[in-house]
Amino acid sequence: MWIFLCTEVLFFGGLLASYNIYRYLYFSAFRTGSHHLAVVWGATNTAVLICSSLTMALAVRAAQMGKRNLLITFLVLTLIFGLAFLAIKFGFEWRHEYLDGLAPGVNFTYTGPNARHVELFMFFYFALTGLHALHMIVGAGVMIGLIIMAARGAFSKGHCNAVEIAGLYWHFVDIVWIFLFPLLYLIGGRY
Amino acid sequence: MGTANAAALQSPAEGYAAENYLNAKYGIKSWLLTTDHKRIAWLYFLSTTFFFIVGGLAATLMRLNLIQPQGLLLEPETYNKMFTIHGTVMIFFFLAPAVPTVLGNFLIPMMIGARDVAFPKLNLLSWYIFITAGMVLLYSVIAGGVDTGWTFYTPLSTSYVNTHVISAAMAVFISGFSSILTGLNFIVTIHKMRAPGLTWFRLPLFIWALYATSFIFVLAMPVIAITMVLVMLERFFHVGIFDPALGGDPVLFQHLFWFFGHPEVYILILPSMGVISELIAAFSRRRIFGYSLVAFSSFGIAIVSFIVWGHHMFVSGQSVYAGIFFSAMSMAVAIPSAIKVFNWTATLYKGSISFEAPMLYALGFIGLFTIGGLTGVFLATMGLDVFLHDTYFVVAHFHYVMVGGAIMGYMGGLHYWWPKMTGKMYPDYWARLSAFIIFVGFNLTFGPQFILGFLGMPRRYAIYPAQFQTLNIMSSAGASILAVGYLMPMIYLIWSLKYGADAGPNPWKAKGLEWETASPPPTHNFERTPVVTEEAYAYGSEPAHAATVAS
Repeated sequence: MWIFLCTEVLFFGGLLASYNIYRYLYFSAFRTGSHHLAVVWGATNTAVLICSSLTMALAVRAAQMGKRNLLITFLVLTLIFGLAFLAIKFGFEWRHEYLDGLAPGVNFTYTGPNARHVELFMFFYFALTGLHALHMIVGAGVMIGLIIMAARGAFSKGHCNAVEIAGLYWHFVDIVWIFLFPLLYLIGGRY
Repeated sequence: MGTANAAALQSPAEGYAAENYLNAKYGIKSWLLTTDHKRIAWLYFLSTTFFFIVGGLAATLMRLNLIQPQGLLLEPETYNKMFTIHGTVMIFFFLAPAVPTVLGNFLIPMMIGARDVAFPKLNLLSWYIFITAGMVLLYSVIAGGVDTGWTFYTPLSTSYVNTHVISAAMAVFISGFSSILTGLNFIVTIHKMRAPGLTWFRLPLFIWALYATSFIFVLAMPVIAITMVLVMLERFFHVGIFDPALGGDPVLFQHLFWFFGHPEVYILILPSMGVISELIAAFSRRRIFGYSLVAFSSFGIAIVSFIVWGHHMFVSGQSVYAGIFFSAMSMAVAIPSAIKVFNWTATLYKGSISFEAPMLYALGFIGLFTIGGLTGVFLATMGLDVFLHDTYFVVAHFHYVMVGGAIMGYMGGLHYWWPKMTGKMYPDYWARLSAFIIFVGFNLTFGPQFILGFLGMPRRYAIYPAQFQTLNIMSSAGASILAVGYLMPMIYLIWSLKYGADAGPNPWKAKGLEWETASPPPTHNFERTPVVTEEAYAYGSEPAHAATVAS
C-alpha cells in the first residue's frame, strides 16, 4: 500500500508541478483567479476533512482493539464527513464557480485582464480538485465496504489489515487536500 | 542457485510431466478466469505477440514505402499514422509488457520458490486492464488512426491534428495502470514470498532486474497517466495548458513526457538485461562475474534514469546549464550499463561455453546493445546532438537498444524457458538459424540508418532526397530478412508444441529453482517448499541435486 501511495504522489505530483510552473509564470492572473474562489467553503472543507481523519484514526484504533460497534460508529462518521466534503465541493463551490462563468471549456465568461491565464488557473483548480474528489469518492466506496464487512464481523483483534490499509489511503487523500488548499485558495498574500 | 534436492521436490520425472498446470483444467473459462501466474503469463504471451504482429506490419509498410524517394505506396498522412501505430504499439503494448509480464509472471514465483505471486487476482486484473487499453488503441486505429508520433507532442496533438488522439491517449493512460499493478505485485512478491534460505544476494539476477523495473513502473507510469489526462482535457475543453496560442507552454509537456519517457526505455531494456545474465551464466557454466555489482547496476540504472530526461530536449530551449547537467547524467547512466557488459564478458572468460540457440541470442544482445549504448553516448553529447537530433541516427540508436537489446533478450529468454513453459523442446537447428538470420537482418536494417542519419536524413518523413535511396533500399531489404527471422520461431515453436521432444525438468542442466520442478510445472509449482542452501549460479561446485533433503 505504501508503494501504491508512492504512485499516487507522482500522479498528483505531475499536476502540481505543472500548476506551480504556471503560477510562477502568470502570478498575477493566478492571484486574480484565486481570489474568485470561495475561501470560506474551502476552509470549512479543510476542517471537515481533518475531522474525518480523526474519526478514521479512531476507527483503526477501535479495529485494533476489536471493538466492533465502536469501529462501525467511527467508520460511519468518517463516511459522513467524506460525503459532507463532497457535497460542499460539488453543491456549493463548483456550482458557484460554474454560475459565475469560471468553468473553462463549459461556461467561461470571465473577461478581465489576462483572461486566458485566469482560465488556466481555473482549469488547474478543477483538474486538481476533481482528481481529489474522485479519490474521495473511491474512499467513500471503501468506507461503505468496510462498514458492511465490519457489520458482518469480518474484523477481529489482530485481523484488521483492511481497516488499517484503508486508513492509510484515507489519510493520504486528506493530506493531498492539505496541500491543495493553500496552493489554490491562499496564494497572493490574500490574508 | 540451488537447492533443496530433487527428492524434496518429489523427484520430477524425466520427460513430460503427466499432471501439470496446462492439463489441470480445460475450457476457455479456466484460462480467462485463471489466477495461476503461469496461465496469466500465457495470456500475456498471446496478447503481446498479437501486438508485436500489428506493430511489425506497420513497420513493414513503412519500410516498403521508403524503397522509393517519393514514397512507394503510402500517402504522407498514412505514413504518419503508420509510424505512430508502430511506436505506440511496440513501446506500450509489446516491449514494456513483454519480458516482465510473460517471462516475469511465469518465472518470478518459480525462481523464488513460491506458489504464485503475492496478489493473484490483481495479476489477472492487470491483464484485463491491459487488454482494455489494447482494445481502445485498436479502436483509435480502426476509427482512422493517429498521426502525432508515439510521443504525442503538443501543441500538434492538442490543437492541430484532427485524428483520434483522445482515444489513443486514453489507451496509454489505461495501459499505465496495468503496468503499475504489475510492478506493485512483483515488488511485494519479491519482498514477501522468497523461499527459506533465499536471501537477497542469492536471488537470480533476473529477479533483481525485474525488481528495479517494477520500481520504475510504479514511479514513472503515474506521470505519463496524468500527462495524458492533461492532453485529453486540453483537446476536449480547449484550455491552454500546453498550447502557446492559448497561454500554455509546450516545453512543459516535453518535460512531463520525458520524465516518464526516459525511465520507460529502461523499463524496456532492464528485464532483458536480467534475462541475459541468466543465459550467460547457464551456457558458460560459471557464476556471473561480480554478482553484486550487476545486481546494483540495475538499481543504478533505475535511479539515474529519472534524472536524464533533459537529453531529449537539448534543442527544445532548455537552459544551457540544464543541458550540461542532463548531458553529464546521460553519460553517467552508461556506467552501470557498461558494468553489466564487462561483467558478462568476464563471465565468458574461461567458461565452458556452448552455443545453443538462447546463447546465440545472448551473445547477439551483448554486441548489439554495446553498439546501441555507445551511440547513445554520442547523442548525450550536446554539440553532436544538435547535429544528429531527429535524424535517422537516433532511429538507428534506439532500435539497436530496443530491438537489438530488448527483443534479442526476450527471444533468448523465450527459447531458454520454452521447455519449462511447455515441457517440449523446439528444433535446435532451426532456432539457431533464426537467431542468425535475425542478427544479420537486424544489422542490415539499422546499420545503414546510422549512415543515413549522419548524412542528414530526418526522421518521420514519407519522402526523401534521391541520394539516400541506396541506403534505404539496403535497410528495407534487411527488414525483410528480419521479418523472416521473426516468422520462423512462430512456426517452429508452435510445431514443437505437438511434435517436439519431451524436455524433462532441466534440459540445459542449469541452476535455479525453476529447473528443479517438472516441465511443465504442476499448478502449485513445487510439491514442497524448496529450501535454498547455495549462492545463485553455483555452477561447478557440485553436480546439481546433491544437497541435503529439505523439510
